[in-house]
Formats: sequence, structure tokens, C-alpha cells
Amino acid sequence: MARSMCWHCQSEVTGEYLCGQCVKVQPLSKDLDYFACFQLPRLLNIDAQELERTYYELSRTFHPDFYSTKDESEKTISLGNSAFLNSAYRTLKDPIQRVEYLIRLEAGAVKDIRSNPPADLFEEILELQEDMETFRGLSSEKSSTERTELRQKLQREREHLEDRQEEMEKVLQEKYHEWDQLQTANPDSSEARDQKNIMLRNMQEILSNRTYVCNMVNELLETTG
Amino acid sequence: MSRIVGIDLGTTNSLIAYMDKGTPRVIPDHHGVAKVPSIVGMTDNGLIVGDPAKAHLTRDSSRTIYSVKRFMGKGLADVSEELKYFPYSLHEKNGVIRIEIGEKTYSPPQVSAMILKELKRRAEEFLKEDISKAVITVPAYFNDSQRQATKDAGMIAGLEVLRIINEPTAAALAYGLQKKTQGIIAIYDLGGGTFDISILKLKDGIFEVLATNGDTHLGGDDFDQRLLDVLVQEIAERHEVQVHDQPDLMQAVRLAAEGAKVRLSDEMETTVVVELPNGKYEKTLTRDAMEALVMDLVERTLAPCRFALKDAGLQAGQIDEVVLVGGSTRMPLVRNKVEGLFGKQPHSELNPDEVVALGAAVQADILGGHNKEILLLDVTPLSLGIETMGGVMSALIRRNTTIPTSAKEMFTTYADGQTSVDIHILQGERELVKDNRSLARFQLKMPPLPAGVPRVEVTFLIDANGILHVTARDIRTSEAQSVQVKPSHGLTDDEVEGMIRDSFQFAEEDIKIRQVIEARTEANAIIVATDKALARASDLISAKEKAGIQRVIQQLGETQKGEDHRVIRAGIAEVEKETHHLAEVLMDATLKEALESKKVSEFVK
Repeated sequence: MARSMCWHCQSEVTGEYLCGQCVKVQPLSKDLDYFACFQLPRLLNIDAQELERTYYELSRTFHPDFYSTKDESEKTISLGNSAFLNSAYRTLKDPIQRVEYLIRLEAGAVKDIRSNPPADLFEEILELQEDMETFRGLSSEKSSTERTELRQKLQREREHLEDRQEEMEKVLQEKYHEWDQLQTANPDSSEARDQKNIMLRNMQEILSNRTYVCNMVNELLETTG
Repeated sequence: MSRIVGIDLGTTNSLIAYMDKGTPRVIPDHHGVAKVPSIVGMTDNGLIVGDPAKAHLTRDSSRTIYSVKRFMGKGLADVSEELKYFPYSLHEKNGVIRIEIGEKTYSPPQVSAMILKELKRRAEEFLKEDISKAVITVPAYFNDSQRQATKDAGMIAGLEVLRIINEPTAAALAYGLQKKTQGIIAIYDLGGGTFDISILKLKDGIFEVLATNGDTHLGGDDFDQRLLDVLVQEIAERHEVQVHDQPDLMQAVRLAAEGAKVRLSDEMETTVVVELPNGKYEKTLTRDAMEALVMDLVERTLAPCRFALKDAGLQAGQIDEVVLVGGSTRMPLVRNKVEGLFGKQPHSELNPDEVVALGAAVQADILGGHNKEILLLDVTPLSLGIETMGGVMSALIRRNTTIPTSAKEMFTTYADGQTSVDIHILQGERELVKDNRSLARFQLKMPPLPAGVPRVEVTFLIDANGILHVTARDIRTSEAQSVQVKPSHGLTDDEVEGMIRDSFQFAEEDIKIRQVIEARTEANAIIVATDKALARASDLISAKEKAGIQRVIQQLGETQKGEDHRVIRAGIAEVEKETHHLAEVLMDATLKEALESKKVSEFVK
């Protein structure tokens, strides 16, 4: 944590989040990232129980409920810190949001939304979209057999895509381990940095494919009801 | 630090509670009753609230307001369907409903403030100290406008609202505190007007809400309405009386329906009796018939339960305990459905009417700094977003996000020299703007520069009350910009201030009027009761005694017309003294009668 001056008594803040002199809560540093907020290294495997424990502990430090009788400045700081903490916990708790955040942090890349299907799914998705179009065009009274058959086909397709999504998540999970190994071994060599960049791009690729498949699954769910 | 009270501002009943050495307690009136019917009556002599107003409902329905919570934070279009049931007329001003009573109009927060003031007065009398701070509960599924309206009501009532807290979470606080529960619990809260389901994780004093869902327009009132429709139709068929044309009678039938529904929770069969201008309507109703009438309504609560489970990432079987809250959960049908869904018997040990107020008192204690053990982490029930191109809502904060929370969004211009951007804030889960709730609009000022160059960052912050705050900052100059948010269905700050002033002005007058009205109501009740008793017992007491009683009643009849409540009270005491013997005689006679009828019945056997 960066050392700074207490906003209230101007003494140097030596404590973690509270001023050692006047015990006033301090605003979180603008440069603080979610991992640092939880005092965690930038690793992708996180002990959920431990994360929750820290979250509860920090909530007890920051939550506005404990500043209700304090002055306005402290209330504002507590509100800001609490909002940041909640975002940090929400992001780190979820493995997908966690890796997306890490990529943004490490590579500065913004989440790119894929508009074309992943290469290996191209033909399959194309056919699927045609089928969905046909299905939507069929009125429910007429052509009921055709409709039922098509619905079943679309449902099978959906299950297939869900399997694909699961596979992607498995691959991603392996990448988590690789990343953590690399990060713990030697984070500073230029070789490691190159390796890390490749890995980040790699994970980014898997993530955007996964998002595409996810959206497709949702669209299928909506279409077939 | 002055005391903070907890208030359950309900659709049908309201309660106020406080913390008594670590134990939350509700505050009763002189008769030991804690529930205050959320009903306000405007009489010629002033305002009446609670039980006296309920009595007023069937005598002067067009000047008696009930279920005002249903109108909080809403526009006229939101309540169009139920308008026919309400005996007073409504109109809309600046997006806010106004209730017309005689010459005057009232906004829903003003009416709620009248109920809050009654609760405040009650607490002040009981605790013998001034009350100025409160925690007020709202349905978890209340949107920003409805929460803001509740906060406004508190302000108008002269209360600093330290926190708006969700009803099911309040219930969880009271329940968890008493039972020392750990694990995952589901709170199923079906009240008079709203339904909420909240799923919480309780661990080491932290109450973390995982997900919440609900329907702010589904409750016991709707059950009453179903039965009411049947009764109204039957009365028209059998007695040729059009209840819809007689607002006072309509309220009498509504109360009869409510009473029958309540009785059927304990009994398998009951009789509904309504006095009509041309006779008496009677109907025998079975529990099965009542359940058939409301089956679909009860089943409507199950979908929100499933959504909440899904959002929490849980299966029904993973819920450790299910807790029932709200008067409508007394219905066996509701209990069965809940048990069916979660696969375990729900808890109902705590008084479902009081548990929310008790929880509010616990939260008040935490805010007062007296309880550092417990912390509530609640969520925002609805996604928050802004309107984007093509009438589509773009979500910035997802539903079930732990609050406080914030989201930042960057805005720029589309045309050279453009000086402002209009922003429309929405709440809801649907794709299109028109299907979501419009919360507010504001105009963002932009520096006159080429298109795309200005960069203004807007922060949307939802505080621990679930209420939105908007701030803006010009990224290029780092300067903060003040944002004037115009609520779509809320009072402006000026309007609230005006209403606070009005309310202060009338406060003193109100107290005097209230004391007179209360004394008068009581006097009239006693006169009626004594007349009845005299008629029954005329041959049981001496002519002299009878004459004496008649004399004091007549005197009371005169004094109650006066404006001094102490004189009326003295008159009441006089009658009570004079009728003491009569009451005893009657009691004996009643007992004897009861014994005799028993003998008769034995004889028949």
C-alpha cells in the first residue's frame, strides 16, 4: 500500500486502511487494483473460502453501516471504498470475470466482442442460424411436425454448443495453472514477459470464443423457449 | 447519539420497534396492540390514522386512504387496472400520483408521512423521548423511485431516514439473531401488497444476500379482491344491490372478504355476512373454495423463487432453512406451495407481522454503533442501465449486485460543437427501453469541441439504501460537473421541502385535534355499547339505576361535542363508574345463558 498523508490529521498513514493517529478511515488509492485490494498476487487460481474471509473482514472495515454516526467526509470515503471492495469481490469471485480482469490489467486490452463465429465452428453456426430463421418463420398452428422436428434439432445443437463451452472452460482452467506457474517462477525476465503476453493473447482468444458460444446458446434458448 | 427506531411501513399494517438492551421489541399502544392499520382518514375535524381510520372506512370511504404504499413512486398509468377498486379519485402531476380528498390533494409520500407520524408519536409517548431518526423497511423488489418516495415520506414526517432496508433482509436479521442460524436461508415474504423472496448466506455475523426477486404488486390485497369480486357479483344477483355504486358499502364488503380470508386460515368453513340497505347477505365459504379463487396468485410467487435460486447459483435442496414472513403466509395454501418448492417445512415461529419491524430495530442498533457483530450485505434487486441508440437499454449495474456499488461510463458528442448529451436512466431486466422502468433523466453539459473530443465520465453509484446517485467529471479538465437529475416518478427537492413545511405548520393543531377525536371516538363507542346493554338488561336492574345511567350517557352525548378532550375523558370515566354494576349483572346473565344453552344441547342429545 502506498504511504500517504491522512486527509484528516495530516500525519503519515502507517496503518493499512485506518490512520494510526486519528483512526479515521482512509480512501483507497486510485492505483489500487482488485488483486492488491485483497492483498493477492496476480494469480488465476484463488481459494474461494479465503477470498470470502478477506471480503467479510474488509467489509467490516469499510461498510457504510459502521460510519452512520461519523461525519460526511468519512461517510463518503466509506461509501467509495465499499463500492470498490464489492466490485473487486464480485470480479475475483467469478473465474471468467477474474481472467478478463487480469487480461485487462496485464495487457490493457479491452474486451473485444467477436462478431464472427470461431473458425472451427463456422459452418455449424451458419447452418444453425438458418435453422433458427426457418423455425421463427414457422407458425405454431401449421406445420407442427416440421416445427417439432426442427425444435429438437435446435435443442440438440444447443447441447452440443454447451459441451463446447464446457471444453473451452476446461482448457482455460489449464491455462490458469500455466499462468500461475509462470507468474510464481520468474515474473521479471524478458523471456517470461514474452511468454506471458502470448499466454494472455491465448486466453483472450478462448474467452472471446466462449462468449460467442455463450450468446449463441442464449439465443437458442430464447428461440426454442 | 439519539435513539434510532425501526419502522415497518406496510401496505396494510405498520409497526414501530426499538432495541431494548439487545432485544428488539415492537411498541404497542395503550391496549397492547402493536399493529397500526396503514389507513388515513380526513374528517371534518382533522386527520385520523390507524384503527379509528379503519372504522371510518365504511362510513366515509371517499375521504379514507388505504394501501397507499401501492402508489409510492408510481405514475397513474402504473395503477390503472386497480383504480376501480379505490373509492377516491387520483390524478398525476409531474409523474407523481396525487390523491384527491375533497378540495385537497396529497402525494403518496405525504399520506405515508401521516402514518409515520402516528408511529413516531406512539414511540415518543412510550419511550418518553423525542424520536427523530429511523430505519424504514421497503419491499426488496422496490425500485429506486419507490425507495426515494419512502425516504421522502420519512422527511415529511420529520424523521431523518438513516437507512432504507429491505423487508426480507430485516426479517433475516431478526430471525438470525434469535436463532443463531448459520447457512443458507430463504425468506419468503408475502405481505398485503407485495411479494419478495430473498436468499441469504449467514456466516459469522455476516448476512450476505445472494439474490432477491419478487413482485411489488402481489399480496393479500389481491386475494381479498378475488373474493370481493365474487361477493359483489352475488350481491347484485341475489339482492339487486350494485355495490360498485356505493363506495362505503364497497369497503364494508372488502373488509368482510378480508375477514373471511383470515378466518379460513384456521377454519375449514366460514360465513360472510354483509348488511345491505335492503337486507342481509350471507354466504358460506369453504377453505377449498377460497384456495381455488387465489391458486394462480399463490403460484405466481413460485417463479420469482426459482429466478432467485438461479441467480444465487443454488438448487432448492441447498437451502438450509425457509422462513415465512408477512400476514399472507398464514394461509395453509401458501405454506404448502412453499414447502413443495423447497422440499422442506418452512419456519414460522416468529410472528410474521412483527418480524420485519424487529429486524429494522436491529439494523437501527447497528447504525447507532451499538452492534459491531452483525453486518448486512444487501443487493440491488433490479439491473440499472441507460438508454442507447434504437431504444435499447444498456445495463451498467446488474441485478443482485452487492451494494454499495458503482459503475462508470464515458460519454462524448456526436456532432461538432454539441454542448449537451441527454441521458435517460432505467431500471429493469428487459431489452427494450419501453419495457423497463424509467427512473430519471439528466442533461450532461459538454464543452463545445469537435465531435468525439469531449470526454465526460459519469459515475452511477447505488448506496446502501439501494438509491442511485449520479456524479459527472470532465476527464480533460478533471472538473466535477453538478448533475440535476429529474426523477420520472418522484417529487423534486422543492416539493418535498414544501410538504415538510406544511406538515410542521399543522403538527401542533393535529395533536389537539387528534386528542379530541380519539376521546370522541371512544365516547361514541361507549354510548352505543351502553345503549345496547341497557336494552338487554332493562329488567335486570332497578329503574333508579337505569335512570342514572341514562342521565350520564346523555351528558356524555353532550360533552363529546365539545373541543376539550379532558372534559370528554371525564365524561367517559363517569359513565364507566355508573355502569360498573350493570356490567357485572350482564356478565352473570351471559354466563347463565351459556350454561343453560349447554343444558339444552345436552338434553337434545
